[in-house]
This record gives sequence, structure tokens and C-alpha cells, in this order.
Amino acid sequence: MTSALLQVVWSPGSDHLTGVCHCGAEYRADGPVEVWQWLLAHPDHEASIEAGID
Amino acid sequence: MVFPRNQWYVAAYGEEVGEELLARTICGEPIVFYRTGAGDAVALADRCVHRRFPLSEGHRDGDRLVCGYHGFTYEPDGRCVAVPAQTRIPRTARVPVYPVVEQDSLVWVWIGDGDADPAAIPRAPWLDAEGWVVVRGMEPLEARYELLVDNLMDLSHETYLHGGYIGTPEVAETPITTSVDEEAGVVRVSRRMKDVECPPFYANSTGIKGRIDRWQDIEYQPPCLYLLHSRIAPAGLEPAPDGDDSAAFHAEIVYGITPSTETTTFDFWMVARDFALDDPEVTTYLAESNRTVVMQDVVALNLLEKVIATEPEGYQELSINIDTGGLAARRLLQRMTDES
Ligand code: FES
Ligand SMILES: [Fe+2]
Repeated sequence: MTSALLQVVWSPGSDHLTGVCHCGAEYRADGPVEVWQWLLAHPDHEASIEAGID
Repeated sequence: MVFPRNQWYVAAYGEEVGEELLARTICGEPIVFYRTGAGDAVALADRCVHRRFPLSEGHRDGDRLVCGYHGFTYEPDGRCVAVPAQTRIPRTARVPVYPVVEQDSLVWVWIGDGDADPAAIPRAPWLDAEGWVVVRGMEPLEARYELLVDNLMDLSHETYLHGGYIGTPEVAETPITTSVDEEAGVVRVSRRMKDVECPPFYANSTGIKGRIDRWQDIEYQPPCLYLLHSRIAPAGLEPAPDGDDSAAFHAEIVYGITPSTETTTFDFWMVARDFALDDPEVTTYLAESNRTVVMQDVVALNLLEKVIATEPEGYQELSINIDTGGLAARRLLQRMTDES
């Protein structure tokens, strides 16, 4: 049960952050507040997968 | 009070607790520490049950504490065994005792009511291990502990606040990876720098002349223990395929972040190294320059606390990418505070 790992990776060469939820869903965000909001919305973020910005 | 309770906190270094009475307020609770003849560290509420005189202002009678006001006398377990001018000791004459554990050269105290499980104390084994040399100190901070957490979670400030010591331009320019282990309650922030400038702090202590590969791996175990695993190696020196990294230089930077009052903090700082073990000049250099770095933070955070005190309720700050780990730490601390 090490499934509760939330990760935020700074996308190389960009200003974007990619959030990776323990459920496997990913999301690209413009800032840390947005990325944590999305990660903590689990499990209600299914629809937002790949819904990142620009 | 606004602190996470039912938690272990670093109260002191082992050598600070001895014959003398040590008074320290932890999470708003005044506590007196001392060591018994058998060598055990003891922590009692620093308030006499009679008229609340601080017991730390009294004196010892062997393992007992004698109140400096009217002489109530307490055993290390908090029981009152003598009161002036009468033989009957009131049944309620007892001061609260705090669970204490000494581990990794630190004196940990349990603040709270629940189950004080020593197995829950986070580890920093380098502080007390063969093959490492440690320098350390403690600076009292006139600022809330959250400001120190923010400060340590975002090392890009090294470039600006600690230029000439540990900061080089690359620190602020290098992206970070952040993770939160929700179950273990640990925040990790990693920054890997390849072929970068070596800051004086490491050039002078390791003797490396050229450029370096520099890794910073933060591991924060809220509320109290912050570890920064720092790896410094000549540029291009990779760990071996089996993971052996003994050719690199390692520094384990440890902070005990202990709230004292709502706006003051104990900043316990330690640097353990696995190189130049027999070189007292390196020890002196690291002790002095790390203290300088810590004081740069202390001055900045004390200033910030003053600013916060004058600002209107609900002031909105701005967070950017470098704050990803700091925000995660704040959330875990908030959760711990709410639960306690
Ligand atoms: S206040 Fe301690 S004995 Fe009176
Ligand atoms: Fe700093």
C-alpha cells in the first residue's frame, strides 16, 4: 500500500508542472496551487486528464 | 495554539541536558529538562503546582527538583514528595511529565496526550554514526516556525540570500521534482544539477577545484525533522552501476524545526559530512560558514515575521513553481494541526 504517492514534475525546458496522481492520472498545470488542487481532487479528476493548459 | 500536537519534537541536543536545569518552551508549553544521576533525560512541566513558580528557577536535590519559591519537592516522575511545614502531601500535588527519548544524539519530547510511540520518531542516523563528523548549533528565531519550513523547502533562495556561501546561479535556475507520500507524511523535493559551479562552502571543504555535479534531495518529515541529502562530486563522476557512490562527497544537513511560541522557533541546525573526517580546519570552516548561512536566514525570517505582524488579515501571497514543495509541506502541517 505505497499507493498514496503524489508527484509533481517540472516539465523540462518549460514553465509547466505535471502532476501525477497515485491513480495514474496526469495533469499539466501552470503553477503549484493549480497542480495541488487537481491532485487533491482525486478521484474526481478523471475528466481532467490531459486537460492541461496550452 | 496553532501547533500540531501528538507529535515528537526536537527539544535539545543530548549534551544540553545535564546537571543544570534547562528551561525551554516547546509548542507553547514551558518545560524543564535535566538528567538524572542514572543518565536519563527528564522533562517536567516548568510550573510548580503550588503558585506556578518556574521549577527551572529552583534547584536540584539529587534527582529531585526543589521549587525555588516555597520548596515543594518533586521526583523525576512528577510526584511531589515534600511540602513546607506539613507532613500531608495533597493527592493532586504532581507536575505533568513529558515522554522523552534520546536518539541520534537528539533529545525528543512528546507534545500531546495520545500514545507516545518512540517508533514514530524520525531518524537521522548520520548524527551519531561511525564515518561521519558533525557540526551543529541552535539559533532561536523571532519568527513562526512555518516561515522556517517555507525557507528550507525552497532552496532557490540560496542563490540570492546565500550567494558566496552555498548559493550559485544554477540553484535558482534548476527545476525541481516534488513528491508527497500521503501515508508516511513525507515531502520530498529534488534538484539535480550537472556540471555547475562549486560554491565556496563545498570548494573549501572538499578541495574540489573545478565544476561539480550537485544533488539536493530534501526529505521533510513534518512537523519537526528536515533532512537535506547533499551530494557533491567532480563533474561527470557518476555513482557506479551497483549504486556505490563512495567516490563522491556527502553532506547530510539536518534541521530540527521546533515551534516555541506562536511567533518564535528553535532552529536546530546540523551538518554531518563523510569526508575530511580528520581535518579540524574543515570542521571549523563548516561550523563557521554554516552558522553564517543560518544567520542569514534568521535575519531574513525575523524581518518577515515583523512584516506579517503589520499586514492586514487575509493578505494574499503569490506562489510560483519553486513553491511546490513548500505548499505541500504547509498542507501536511495544516492536516496535522487540524487532527490534533
Ligand atoms: S510556588 Fe513552588 S513551592 Fe510555592
Ligand atoms: Fe537559507
